[in-house]
Amino acid sequence: MAMSANTRTTAKLLTLAVGMLGFALFVMPPLYDAFCEITGLNGKTGGRYEAVPAAVDTQRTVKVQFVASNNENMPWEFKPGVVELKVHPGEAVDTVFHARNPTDRDMVGQAIPSLVPFKAASYFHKTECFCFNQQTLAAGETAELGLRFIVDPDLPPGVNTITLSYTLFDVTDRIAQQTQNKKADASPI
Amino acid sequence: MAHGPKPGFTRWLYTTNHKDIGSMYLWFSFAMFLLGGCMALVIRAELFQPGLQIVQPEFFNQMTTMHGLIMVFGAVMPAFVGLANWMVPMMIGAPDMALPRMNNWSFWILPFAFAMLASTLFMEGGAPNFGWTFYAPLSTEYAPPSVTFFIFSIHIMGASSIMGAINIVATILNMRAPGMTLMKMPLFVWTWLITAYLLIAVMPVLAGVVTMMLMDIHFGTSFFSAAGGGDPVLFQHVFWFFGHPEVYIMILPAFGIVSAIIPTFARKPLFGYSSMVYATASIAFLSFIVWAHHMFTVGMPIAGELFFMYATMLIAVPTGVKVFNWVTTMFRGSMTFETPMLFSIAFVILFTLGGFSGLMLAIAPADFQYHDTYFVVAHFHYVLVPGAIFSITAGVYYWLPKWTGNMYNEAMGKVHFWLAFIGLNVTFFPMHFVGLAGMPRRIPDYALQFADFNQIASVGAFLFGAAQIVFLFNVIRTVRGGKKATDEVWENPQGLEWTVPSPAPYHTFSTPPVVR
Repeated sequence: MAMSANTRTTAKLLTLAVGMLGFALFVMPPLYDAFCEITGLNGKTGGRYEAVPAAVDTQRTVKVQFVASNNENMPWEFKPGVVELKVHPGEAVDTVFHARNPTDRDMVGQAIPSLVPFKAASYFHKTECFCFNQQTLAAGETAELGLRFIVDPDLPPGVNTITLSYTLFDVTDRIAQQTQNKKADASPI
Repeated sequence: MAHGPKPGFTRWLYTTNHKDIGSMYLWFSFAMFLLGGCMALVIRAELFQPGLQIVQPEFFNQMTTMHGLIMVFGAVMPAFVGLANWMVPMMIGAPDMALPRMNNWSFWILPFAFAMLASTLFMEGGAPNFGWTFYAPLSTEYAPPSVTFFIFSIHIMGASSIMGAINIVATILNMRAPGMTLMKMPLFVWTWLITAYLLIAVMPVLAGVVTMMLMDIHFGTSFFSAAGGGDPVLFQHVFWFFGHPEVYIMILPAFGIVSAIIPTFARKPLFGYSSMVYATASIAFLSFIVWAHHMFTVGMPIAGELFFMYATMLIAVPTGVKVFNWVTTMFRGSMTFETPMLFSIAFVILFTLGGFSGLMLAIAPADFQYHDTYFVVAHFHYVLVPGAIFSITAGVYYWLPKWTGNMYNEAMGKVHFWLAFIGLNVTFFPMHFVGLAGMPRRIPDYALQFADFNQIASVGAFLFGAAQIVFLFNVIRTVRGGKKATDEVWENPQGLEWTVPSPAPYHTFSTPPVVR
């Protein structure tokens, strides 16, 4: 098929444009997430960690601080059980956060972790965390939210304090919308 | 019928003529320039005194947002596309653009995009109020309902720009007259070729980022929402990956325009033609690897801050080459100071000044103080107003006699220049000082100590606005009549566009010229 020079140029440039749209939509967000996971750049901690047997480095003590805050209109009471723990790298440590839903309606919350310093983010492992799931609290209900973590023995030497912060988001409407969508999809026309 | 424009209004609707479409782009751009300018005057009127006098903070935010969007996407970009439509075929000896029907379409979707954007002002909840950079979550979770119309209008503008850019690249690559090698092309053609590639590369990224916003708002995804596992900082990365090349899209064609004007009025060939081409290409390449200098304060590792700081400073090198070449072209030339030359010289001086404040902002540790202050506002207005706007104005004065066959009124042109030059500096120079003193941008009210400089700036803004009325009047007068221009118009100007009669016939170079 003979194409004119203009058609060929246009086809090439259109491919470039569509390629860049695909790059923005499908490559940049996962690339950013992967980049952040490797470097700990945005302070996000990883998902569930399978504990591997490792020697506990009793020579070294690291201070781990806990911060809890609510995102804008989230009415729950949300606070750490202890604000600070001294741990040895390699040991599995349990702690709890307290949450209470003081309102008169059932609500769903989601906690999002963030950790500073960023360079410690990939050395802080959670084997169990309430942040892996959404929390459903009935009106007036109280819950103890568990967290089990291990500080990696390979934690860079300069890091003596790690601050782990959880922000609690109200996702009640988001969950309701999702279940509604699922129901709508499932129902026959 | 084959040799002239159609009579009546349908000429403009159905036209595929590059000169008609170029004129429509330029008039559209001027209309948007006046609209965006009126919004700027609302802002400056409110900031004349501390406290709230004229508008409420919500409306003030809508004004800053719409002013930025309209000036960037409605005034500056269409004006450059309009100049490209008029001049690129005439400069390379082509009879028209490569894809004339697409050309018509890429213009005619623009008025609809901006009508939609402007209509948000009358919607419930008001127009977009999150700043022209529309950072998430301000533009997603906290946005007024009209944000959806804003997103669609950005999609349409992006489609228009991409089509325009494809057309320009195809024209330049395929339609040059025999003998017009790449390195013989006028610099305006070169800078537009590179700009068009930038547009094709980054406008889809802008379309992508607004699409992600749309998905977050209406379809339950969480690209930018931390509650769903997304990250608002991702928005800033994607946006500025578009946004930084975008600022060069708004300045590279300006480099081409002044590179055409300065040699004519210095009566010397352009100094360092090939270095100009390579400098333009280097700036375009560097524009892709400096985006995070807009985000020094979001929290980056020190290595990132250093990389983006050094890469940003590196841009000063090719830009310095250009400024050096313009100055050297003027050096010992037989200069005269007609209106296009005045605007071009002001461009060189004031753009350099804006470049220097850019270097200050590039210093990552210092940027923490300058970030989001009026210093940033002063910086980008110094590169955009004398950069983009002055060069477009210079280009219009320079080529208007060729377009219309009539000379513009030189005295009125000089009045326009001096009013604009003084108005611009009175408006934006004091912003450096209030910025360094700590006045944040995008606020309707401010602390008392900033009052004096803000009053001066507001006076300057109204002066600058008045200057544009002189411009409009002068252009309309020239279109309607006046002293006839010669075919050459200026004294021995270089370029194929001066070999055709004035006014340029409806069809030029139906047989290609011979380029030696």
